This record gives sequence, C-alpha cells and structure tokens, in this order.
Amino acid sequence: MSFLSWGRGEITLAAPADDGPGNPWFSWRYIHDNADILLSNLETHAWLTARAVLIALVVALPLAVVSYWWRPLTGPILALSGILYTIPSLALLALVAPAVGTTTDLSVLIALVLYALLVLVRNSLAGLTQVPAEVRDAAAGMGYGKYGRLWRIELPLALPGILTGLRLATVSTVALVTVGGIIGKGGLGDLILGGFRNNFFKAQILTASILCVLLALVLDLTLAWIGRVLTPWTRERRA
Amino acid sequence: MNYFSAGVVWLNDPLNWTNPGGLLDRLQEHLVISLWAVLIGCAIGWPFGIWLGHRGRGGGLVITVANLTLAIPTLALLTILPLTSLGFGKPPVVAALAVFAVPPLLANAYTGLRQIDPETRDAAKGMGLSAGQLLRRVELPLSVPYLAAGLRTAAVQVVATAALAAFVNGGGLGEIISAGFGIGMSNGGGAQIVAGGIVVAVLALLVEAVLAAVQHLVTPRALRTSMRRRRPTAAVPAG
Repeated sequence: MSFLSWGRGEITLAAPADDGPGNPWFSWRYIHDNADILLSNLETHAWLTARAVLIALVVALPLAVVSYWWRPLTGPILALSGILYTIPSLALLALVAPAVGTTTDLSVLIALVLYALLVLVRNSLAGLTQVPAEVRDAAAGMGYGKYGRLWRIELPLALPGILTGLRLATVSTVALVTVGGIIGKGGLGDLILGGFRNNFFKAQILTASILCVLLALVLDLTLAWIGRVLTPWTRERRA
Repeated sequence: MNYFSAGVVWLNDPLNWTNPGGLLDRLQEHLVISLWAVLIGCAIGWPFGIWLGHRGRGGGLVITVANLTLAIPTLALLTILPLTSLGFGKPPVVAALAVFAVPPLLANAYTGLRQIDPETRDAAKGMGLSAGQLLRRVELPLSVPYLAAGLRTAAVQVVATAALAAFVNGGGLGEIISAGFGIGMSNGGGAQIVAGGIVVAVLALLVEAVLAAVQHLVTPRALRTSMRRRRPTAAVPAG
C-alpha cells in the first residue's frame, strides 16, 4: 500500500482529505468536495449520449423505412451493420480521431453514432417487418396511401421494436462514452481514467463508475416508461 | 485518406512488427489474454446456462445478467479490478474480459436448451432415458449450434474489448493505439493510431470470420435452415 499513498500533492482534481489514511473505495467526503466536477462530467456524459442516440435515431429511421420498402436493400444494410458492429470501439475511434482531430468530442460522437445506428436500424427494421400482412392489407383497403400507412399504421405498430432498439442503444452508448477518455472527451470516463492515472484514486474511479451505471439505468427506465405511455395497446393485450 | 495511407506506411515498416513491444509482441499478448478470458467465460457461462436450460427455469435471471453487464462500462471494470487483490498485470484484465464474455455464452446456452422441441424431450423420456442421458444424448447435441453462436459472439467481443486493456497498461494491441495518442497527433502519432486501429479491426473481423465458419461446420445440415429463421441471442456491442 505504501506507493499508493505517496504523491498525494500531485492529484489535480482533489485529494481525498480527512477520510483517514489510505485510499478508500468510497468516500462521501470526496463526493461532497467534488460535487461540481462530478456533476459537470455527468452532464457532459449525458449530453454526449443524448446527441449520439438522437442523431443515430434520425438517420436510422429513414434507413430502416427505405430497406423495409425496398427489400433487396435489407441484406446489404444488415451485412454492413454486422461488419461495422464487429470493429472494436477503440479501433473505430483510432480511425476517426486522426481525421477529425481531438480538440472537440466530434470523433467520439461519430464513433458513438455509428454504433447506435446499427442497433437502431436492426431493431426498427425488425419492428417494421413484424407488422402483420393483414393489417397492411386492411390499411390499404381503408384508402391509406404509402406514406399515410407508414405514418399512421406501420410506424406506430413498429414502436415496440424501435423502443427496444432505443433502450439497447442508449444503455450501450452510456457505457461506450467512457472509451472517449483516451482523448479526454469521455465524460465520466475521464474521471475513471484520470483516477487510475492519478495514483489509483479509488474513490474517484468507483464514484464515476457508479454514476455511469446509474445514468444508464435511469435512462433505460425512462425510455421503458415512455414506451409504456406511447404503446397502451401492448398493455391491454397482456392484461 | 491522408492519415489512412500514413497508417498503411507505418504497417509496411517491418521494424514496427518485430521491435520489442511491436505488433507481433502485442498480437501475442492480445491473443493470450483473449483466449484465457474466453476459456474462463466458457467455464462459468456454459455449465450455468446448460443447467438453467435443462431445468427450464431462470430465464429472467439470464436476461437480467445480460442487461446489467451491458450497463457496466468495460473501462470501469478494467480500472477497478487491478486495484483489488488481483493485483496489476494480466489477471485483472482477463477477469474483466471474462465478465463480459459470460452473458452471451450463458444466454445462448440457455436458449439452445430451451428451443428444443418439448416433444423430442418427451420421446427421449418415453424411451427410458434418465435425466443425465437426456442431457448428454439429446439436449446437448441439439444445442450445439447455439453454443457455437454464443462462443462466436463472446470471442469476437473479447478480442474487441481486449484493445481497451491498454488503458491500464494491460498489454495487447491497444497499446499501439495508446502509444500513438501518447506521441501526439502532430508528432507523427496519427499514423501509428490509424495503423493500430486497422490491425485491431482486421483481427476482430478475422476472428468473426473464422468462428462463423466453425459455427457453420459444427451445425448439422438439418439444423442450418432453422438456425437462419430463429436467430440466436443478439450480440451486445463490442467494447
């Protein structure tokens, strides 16, 4: 333990002051003293996640609709998504970062959008293809055109699939943001990595990790609740 | 494309491969770490998943475990475990990666045993097979395609995530990228970053291709079409 406790003065964020000797895993004192840093990193983290998922959703929905309308596109889109999905996040970041620079979080955002995009396209497409053929026929019989049917019938019925993809994408994006820590644009990941590099500051590592998991759970539950509100018919069927 | 060609030039220098700490050293570290993580993951995930699937209970538990690990950032485990009694070096990295290898192995083993036609099970029981014989002669052979699918997902994910071990000096190909960021984008690190990214991405795609072939080979011809219709448990994004 000896080398863990020396060099306290070098810690840039804050030293774990009166919490006894050593390097505790959890310290209220640390949280109290660094509340503003923790909150601002949490905010960065949530903001990065929100932007990535929203951009991905805006791009993914049209892609899913296009490949739903024109089936020959489904195979190539899913194959491409499978290949891109296999590429490790650090590798993707390494390929993007030198091209767009590391002064902004743009490179992290691009990598995150690509990952979220693939989950969203797959699940939205799965949701759309699960719309029963009879329902589509009935809608056509009622006089709905291509767009009216999509907007009023097919997209609402695909909502459970889209929302599943949205939840999956959000939770994994929250976890993936931390990888951006390698260029100092990782939200809570900066604190985790910073804590590790600053003499293994356990309280900071664990607090940031817990905040990260909590953020993922809160966002997941929020989306699950939104999904329940938006799709009342799925509840009635189950009841 | 400028950075990309610089990365290819970096890869064309044989010294970058054979130097101590060069690509070949890192590749070996990467594969050894990944192999151990997958082996440990199999040792935990398979018996547990097969047992739960055989008994036909615990589906909720499997889903909960899979969802919870999705929310935990790999970086958090990678930084926390070295500070525990595991100590620094490879053991904590292997342990962290094994944690993320378990869910796909567990979920696919469980699904593999649950998807077996109940009539097949009844027929085997009617022929007088004991529970152990049922498991060995009927259930396990029929779930081999799912076990292989789980192995493929887990192995690709571990190989991809092992790149993050470099954040905590755990070795592996991520060190090439990490060192590149250390040199700095303007000092020629960009080429090394891109080169590392290419190598990690190609390795992940290679592992995916090889294991996809293995999965195809171990799947009996009669089961191949049904596997295509009922996709095994979806992959979670690579670290």
